[in-house]
Amino acid sequence: MSAVLRAEHLVRILPGEVPVTLVKDVSLAIEHGEFICIMGPSGSGKSSLLYLLGLLDVPTSGRVWLDGEETSGYGEDDLANRRLEKLGFVFQFHFLLAEFSVLDNVTLPIRRLGRLDASDARARGLTLLDRLGVVEQSAKYPHQLSGGQRQRVAIARALANDPLILLADEPTGNLDSASGGTVRQILKDLAHEMGKTVVAVTHDASFAAAADRRIGIVDGRIDADWRAV
Amino acid sequence: MRIQLQVALTHLTGRRRQTLVSLIGVVLGVAFFLAVSSLMRGSEQDFIKRLVDNSPHITVSDEVRRPRTQPAEQRWTDGAVRIRSLKPQTETRGIRGYRKKLALIEAIPGVRVAPVLIGSAVLTFAGREEGVTLSGIVPKTMKTVSTIQDKMVEGSLDALDVNPNGIVIGTGLAEKFNLGLGRNLTVVAASGASRAMKVVGLFRTGNASVDETQTFTLLKRAQVMFERPNRVNRFLIQLDDAYAARAVAQRIEAAIGDKSVSWVEASEDILSVLVVRNIIMYSVVSAILIVASFGIYNTLSTIVLEKTHDIAILKSMGFHARDIRLIFLFEGVVIGLIGSLFGLVLGAGLMHALSQVQIKPPGVSEQVFLPIWWGAQQFALATAFAMASCILAAYLPARRAGRVHPVEILRGAA
Ligand SMILES: Nc1ncnc2c1ncn2[C@@H]1O[C@H](COP(=O)(O)OP(=O)(O)OP(=O)(O)O)[C@@H](O)[C@H]1O
Ligand SMILES: [Mg+2]
Repeated sequence: MSAVLRAEHLVRILPGEVPVTLVKDVSLAIEHGEFICIMGPSGSGKSSLLYLLGLLDVPTSGRVWLDGEETSGYGEDDLANRRLEKLGFVFQFHFLLAEFSVLDNVTLPIRRLGRLDASDARARGLTLLDRLGVVEQSAKYPHQLSGGQRQRVAIARALANDPLILLADEPTGNLDSASGGTVRQILKDLAHEMGKTVVAVTHDASFAAAADRRIGIVDGRIDADWRAV
Repeated sequence: MRIQLQVALTHLTGRRRQTLVSLIGVVLGVAFFLAVSSLMRGSEQDFIKRLVDNSPHITVSDEVRRPRTQPAEQRWTDGAVRIRSLKPQTETRGIRGYRKKLALIEAIPGVRVAPVLIGSAVLTFAGREEGVTLSGIVPKTMKTVSTIQDKMVEGSLDALDVNPNGIVIGTGLAEKFNLGLGRNLTVVAASGASRAMKVVGLFRTGNASVDETQTFTLLKRAQVMFERPNRVNRFLIQLDDAYAARAVAQRIEAAIGDKSVSWVEASEDILSVLVVRNIIMYSVVSAILIVASFGIYNTLSTIVLEKTHDIAILKSMGFHARDIRLIFLFEGVVIGLIGSLFGLVLGAGLMHALSQVQIKPPGVSEQVFLPIWWGAQQFALATAFAMASCILAAYLPARRAGRVHPVEILRGAA
């Protein structure tokens, strides 16, 4: 198995009068199709690590390879292109665009990438919504959906350009246990049945139990790295 | 539709009231710009038209601009001899060989020319005396270069041909003398020659000094009175294209040597005043659009602040900073386009309303309306200016939006 995402000696320091070190020397290799959970106490730097792995943030030092390609030295636009084509994000708060319908939210990345024409983009959006069980909501607006439905729409949008890796930051953190369970199951199926690589930050123990691999973060460092047997 | 444009439109329709206020600013700005500038340009053109119509496009007079090269200078061209304080010789006797020169000018296409002999004379009637300018003219050619024929209120220029002792005077002078058509008065020239002449025509130009001091008689009669047989001292020239006057005047002066002054040269001071007037006018009418652009800036800045999370999510998805800038520039462009469109319609309405306003300039009896220039240039200028200020107003918010860093927003929201 080849590492789809690899990090070496990642350090992220927020400059300022009192510089804050968010991530301290993290090295990590993520294999294709893994369902990974990042856990740790609040403020330990889980989100910060996820932003570095997802090319949203640039490390102070250290290197990240995505799909075999080293990204150090890439400009903002190059990184944005990689995110558009190869990565998908899901956040704790759904972050859907309130003035766009569910379907329009999902097709947004497809249209930005511009590989499909309008009707194909629409068809793909509907397929994704269907797969996530929210296709009946496609014409609605985000405020008309439940929290769990919104998070499923957000996952559909993250999958819009068929990314290699799905990065999720506490995707169930804001949901009741029933809808949290659904979202967890969806992410697990994505990894195990659709062959996506899923990296999720979570506090949720039952979520962690479903993962193939658990990475513990304490104080910006990797503290533990278990693989399920 | 381009995704950036769709996001832009969504932002604008999401803030309907503020967008509408911005839009109204542009509409009013464009309409006012259009109405005022078309009125100003209209009156300017009206003014120039009057200037051009009421005076000859080119006047050739019996003067020479530069003294002739003196024989000594011709002999020693390398500057061994310099002659100073040389004044051009004034040809007091009129334009030499005028028939030949006249034929030369007449041969230029698009040119109409009338020979005139101008001098001073004193008119006496019933014991009163008035000094006047007496122009000897050929009615047939004079009519082609002057609007005097249109200003006749009684009699005509042609009556001069019928009665060689006829004289045409202005209504101002007629009122001073208290005389009318058909009366005889005595004309005394500077030479002392005197003759009784009959008033065969009255004109009114509206210009008091012209109406009181300008008189016309036959060229032949003037030549006798002023004792200058076979001479004239002016060519009055009218062109098909008034704006070619400068070039044609130079050409004529080069060909015949006599001083030829175009209306452009003669009215340089007035024309430069018009330029200043236009600069002032355009700055004032642009001010409204500039104020309107502050409204747009304000609206878009609010939207940027309000949509920081949306911008962050778009960027995390893979939108470039340029895409985000484009979204907000589109918002400026959309406001500009719609605002200009309605502004042009409203402006055209205002222009139409203004063009119905009647004015009463002195000396004009027919109905006269405010002069409005309907030139496409005005419409284009108003639109271009509106678009420029909208895009400029959108630029700063767009740049700020492009700089939104998704991670900073995500950290803040977490
Ligand atoms: N802008 C900032 N300025 C200073 N410190 C910051 C800033 N943003 C984050 N931090 C600090 O960086 C550390 C890592 O934050 P991060 O959000 O990555 O933690 P986390 O593990 O995701 O926490 P949580 O579980 O609460 O989401 C925290 O201690 C936090 O206080
Ligand atoms: Mg976090």
